[in-house]
Amino acid sequence: MKPPPVVYHGPDTLEEAVRLMAEHGAEAKVLAGGQSLVPLLNMRLTAPARLVDVNRLDDLAYVHSDRHGVRVGALARHADLEHATHAFETIPLLRQAVRTVAHPTIRNRGTTVGSLVHADPCGEMPAVLALLDGEVVLRSERDGERTVPARDFFVGPMESACREDEIAVEAFFPRPAGRTGSDWRELSRRNGDYALCGVGTLVRVDDAGAVSAAKAAYIAMGPVPQVVDLTAAAADGDWSAAADHAAEQLDPEDDIHASAEYRRQLARVLTARSLRAAYEAVAP
Amino acid sequence: MTEQRHQVTVAVNGVARRAEVPARRLLADFLRADLGLTGTHLGCEHGVCGACTVLLDGAPVRSCLMFAVSADGHDVTTVEGCREPAGDLGPVQQAFLECHGLQCGFCTPGFITTITAYLEENPKPTEEEAREAIGGNLCRCTGYQNIVAAVLRAAELKREREAPHE
Repeated sequence: MKPPPVVYHGPDTLEEAVRLMAEHGAEAKVLAGGQSLVPLLNMRLTAPARLVDVNRLDDLAYVHSDRHGVRVGALARHADLEHATHAFETIPLLRQAVRTVAHPTIRNRGTTVGSLVHADPCGEMPAVLALLDGEVVLRSERDGERTVPARDFFVGPMESACREDEIAVEAFFPRPAGRTGSDWRELSRRNGDYALCGVGTLVRVDDAGAVSAAKAAYIAMGPVPQVVDLTAAAADGDWSAAADHAAEQLDPEDDIHASAEYRRQLARVLTARSLRAAYEAVAP
Repeated sequence: MTEQRHQVTVAVNGVARRAEVPARRLLADFLRADLGLTGTHLGCEHGVCGACTVLLDGAPVRSCLMFAVSADGHDVTTVEGCREPAGDLGPVQQAFLECHGLQCGFCTPGFITTITAYLEENPKPTEEEAREAIGGNLCRCTGYQNIVAAVLRAAELKREREAPHE
């Protein structure tokens, strides 16, 4: 179908965009990459009276890396993050995960920050932000700038802490401390489809190769990204036992794509493989 | 309600094209209805099938998931722009012809644009890479075998045409 009638604003500066959201936020949506919003408009599942198109805010199309982590501006496309070598070198998990976001054509347009605000429990990047303990920077005329940690940002399925008058301007992905390996893997029926289950892992080792910290984050396994600490369960390097422990913490739902029990089994198998891969990436 | 209209100028296949459109006009409908370029096809209208894929500043995007107003000032290449400058078939189009990479042809424009851009990035793909490259485009007729063959043949043709002549 075609999108419903809408009043369009195409601000040239962030200040103007923030002012527009202060004035019209209750009836406006921010349009960035549009890879989730436009399908919703085309299917008439949503009908905001106004769109504030931020695609002219070129200053926000950045991916910056330093020793603390990676900062991604609101207009950086998934493809920008995927191809930024410095971001991959700083946090390999970012490229490992963003490569599994839909297809290259979608990643050329969709933005990483937009996918965080969209907060789809099947989306990869919310789980990556949660796994890394990252944060989102929001801006409004009322409160200026505020920073929300991932654990408070994802409120429910398709619901984030971004208020109706706020614009998400940046996401910060902190670099894991110490000698930490990462891995991302998921299972979908066809390459690029939504995953039936996806898991990202971080495994930190000491100089002797012993596991000093481990955790996993899941997509499609609950209403928001699920993060499970596996430090104790993975301490002796028994990945299967750690994966069993993780699967017990998860409470997935049945849907037409997979039963809850099948999803839990996928989580078990993928977690064991993922922990092993993350460990082997940094093991001495 | 009278919808507000916006003046939009897009360089389509190298030619500046202008039209006045409502904000909700999708780029795909702008190309088809306002500019008369009906080579771009609309299948699912929610970004899944890939038939409407065009190149925005050289990179493939879904023209059903973008508004014409957002494309103002940008370059767009459609399947009509994937031919040779003299008007002959481009290497990807020629390869589809030779390999029987299409039957009904509905999905073909999206494949042609996607593969044209892909071969710029990866001029010599393996069969597995070719399969991955077309993963975001659906075809209900061919079973994909001939399309994969066409990607590989297109890469060959492109190299031949770009090789310096003796």
